[in-house]
Amino acid sequence: MKSIKIVGLAALVALGGATGALAQAKTLEAVKARGTLLCGVGPAAPGFSNPDDKGNWVGFDVDYCRALAVAIFNDPAKVTFKPLTSKERFTALQSGEVDLLSRTTTWTMSRDSSLGLTFAGTMFYDGQGFMVKKSLGVKAAKELNGASICLQTGTTTELNVSDFFRTNKITYKPVLFEKSDEVTAAYDSGRCDAITNDRSGLASDQVKLKAPADSVLLPDIISKEPLGPVVRQGDSQFFTVTKWVYFALLNAEELGVTSANADEMAKSTNPEIKRLLGTEGDFGKGIGIANDWALQIVKKVGNYAEIYDRNFGAKSPVQIARGANELWTKGGLQYAPPIR
Amino acid sequence: MDTQVAQGTIVTPNAGMNEPLPPPASLVGPLAWLRQNLFSSIGNTVLTILGLLLIYAILKPFLDWAIFSAVWSGPDGSVCRVEGTGACWPFVFAKFGQFMYGRFPDAERWRVNLTYALALAGVVPLMIPSVPGKMWNAVYVFIIFPIMAYWLLTGGIFGLPIVETQYWGGLLITLVVATVGITMSFPIGIILALGRRSKMPLVKWCSIAFIEFVRGVPLITILFMSSVMLPLFLEHGTNPDKLLRALIGVSLFAGAYMAETVRGGLQAIPRGQVEAAEALGLSYGKTMGLVVLPQALKHVIPNIVSEFIGLFKDTSLVLIIGLFDLLGIVQQNMQGDAKWFAPSTPMTGYVFAGLIFWVFCFGMSRYSQFMERKLNTSHR
Repeated sequence: MKSIKIVGLAALVALGGATGALAQAKTLEAVKARGTLLCGVGPAAPGFSNPDDKGNWVGFDVDYCRALAVAIFNDPAKVTFKPLTSKERFTALQSGEVDLLSRTTTWTMSRDSSLGLTFAGTMFYDGQGFMVKKSLGVKAAKELNGASICLQTGTTTELNVSDFFRTNKITYKPVLFEKSDEVTAAYDSGRCDAITNDRSGLASDQVKLKAPADSVLLPDIISKEPLGPVVRQGDSQFFTVTKWVYFALLNAEELGVTSANADEMAKSTNPEIKRLLGTEGDFGKGIGIANDWALQIVKKVGNYAEIYDRNFGAKSPVQIARGANELWTKGGLQYAPPIR
Repeated sequence: MDTQVAQGTIVTPNAGMNEPLPPPASLVGPLAWLRQNLFSSIGNTVLTILGLLLIYAILKPFLDWAIFSAVWSGPDGSVCRVEGTGACWPFVFAKFGQFMYGRFPDAERWRVNLTYALALAGVVPLMIPSVPGKMWNAVYVFIIFPIMAYWLLTGGIFGLPIVETQYWGGLLITLVVATVGITMSFPIGIILALGRRSKMPLVKWCSIAFIEFVRGVPLITILFMSSVMLPLFLEHGTNPDKLLRALIGVSLFAGAYMAETVRGGLQAIPRGQVEAAEALGLSYGKTMGLVVLPQALKHVIPNIVSEFIGLFKDTSLVLIIGLFDLLGIVQQNMQGDAKWFAPSTPMTGYVFAGLIFWVFCFGMSRYSQFMERKLNTSHR
């Protein structure tokens, strides 16, 4: 998700990226001519993007790309998923191997500036947290004084946790591992009191434990990890489409438009719904796609809540409470500008 | 003939005597073998018992985990999350198609199977020395088969739908990378080895530079360069196929190592052999092809096969450039698909992948031992 090692590479890549970015203006035209959207996803991120038993891609990031494909082609199948490791993801985007990244990439300033990328929005507010055994009786991260903590080496996770403990003037004993599976296994076998990772990662780590119910996520969030789709800088048209597909998902949820009632809602007299679903105005045409783009997205992929529930809801293997990802009307951070 | 046999019978000194008694039971049979090999002294007896205990200590928990308390069927990982269960085999069964073919479309998988069948049909007779027609067999394996395999796997001809290499995966990728690497590295290695011993300075220094450069960097670096840096230097949007880039990288890398192995064999051939060949008026090509190389290569069969086995296992490195070989796709599924999450899932996946790798590597190793005995015409 965020390896320190890539920083050095990123510097190199920025050189090539700067020249590459100039040559690529009309992504939307290129996608339409090609007949398929090239979407870079994480190779194995539970809940975000992973292959199911048949090898089809499923997940939160995957569903976003399907929504974008519906906006462009009115067909959720016209998207080609390219699994990209965290090391090669930015090059793949800069060199045009993919049209966008939808793969748990954290929005940071350096990525906006020196890497020549643009984030279309925060699809998922993540943050680093801690998971402990219930028997430890710890209720907050600050009570972890002197605890041994298992974590993955070479990631920003390591940096964040060291900052957190230094700021709070408490000590901890890091137990480092190369792979995330090893971290989980070590915690499970009792080698450390707690593990730290992004909270979405902890939720899926928990499922792997021998007794998942014996562990609990602490409420503290010690870092900001806003994840969202990324496109190349310098192509405002495609950027606008990716941004508004995300906003349409949110607006649909806010206005109560779901895949089940979308056709009914299209007959609504509510002007906001009419503008969203394309029965009033030329909003789709304004960004180079069909006017009923949002209607088709909701019908074929669902609104934000439906996508969230499908991948992180009660019926999914990895369950993550909406939390900060609730709509602003329900106390969360997800807020979309109006379609007007 | 008859008279000779009859005469022989008459003069045989043993004629009419009792059949010789079998040796005493303490010298032959399984008991004697045990006594001779495992319990010949107090020290050996202790070692034998310790060894047996060790085997028992390792094998029992493993068999218990892999077979007796393993889960054999179930719709998802929940059956494997039950306390006290062993390996999670339904994970492997559910993903078996993916492990073998990657995301190759279901309806087209017969093409992969047909390719395997065609390969076996060519390679098996080629590997059995007594089967005649080696010349045509080799033409089939090295020229006709690769073309057919390319058509079959990629499609786009004879009405076969195109299957882009990004949908390939699992054992298919492992075998494609290993086979291409092995077949390409051999000629590349021989050419480079001969080039390095050449008297022409340009050829010699080019070969040395190439070998030393490629051997000086790890395979991961070469793959990484081909996947991450190369696209930045090319014109925007021109992306040569990722698998092709990996194949070229692996072939050149393996070729450089093979060159040094072959050179080791060449150096073992006494100078007199070359001089004798030249005295007979043989050209350079014939000297090498008929006299030097057949002897040299025979010496280095174990090393060549080691290279092949190493290369076969190195194929899992293509994971870092986002190609999912057998190990890669097993890891991807056990780390990514939360439906199958369970404490035993990763271990089950690794055991499965390890078993498949072992079958192939062990097969290669046994065949090379057979060839060594077959080619061992002298020098002993």
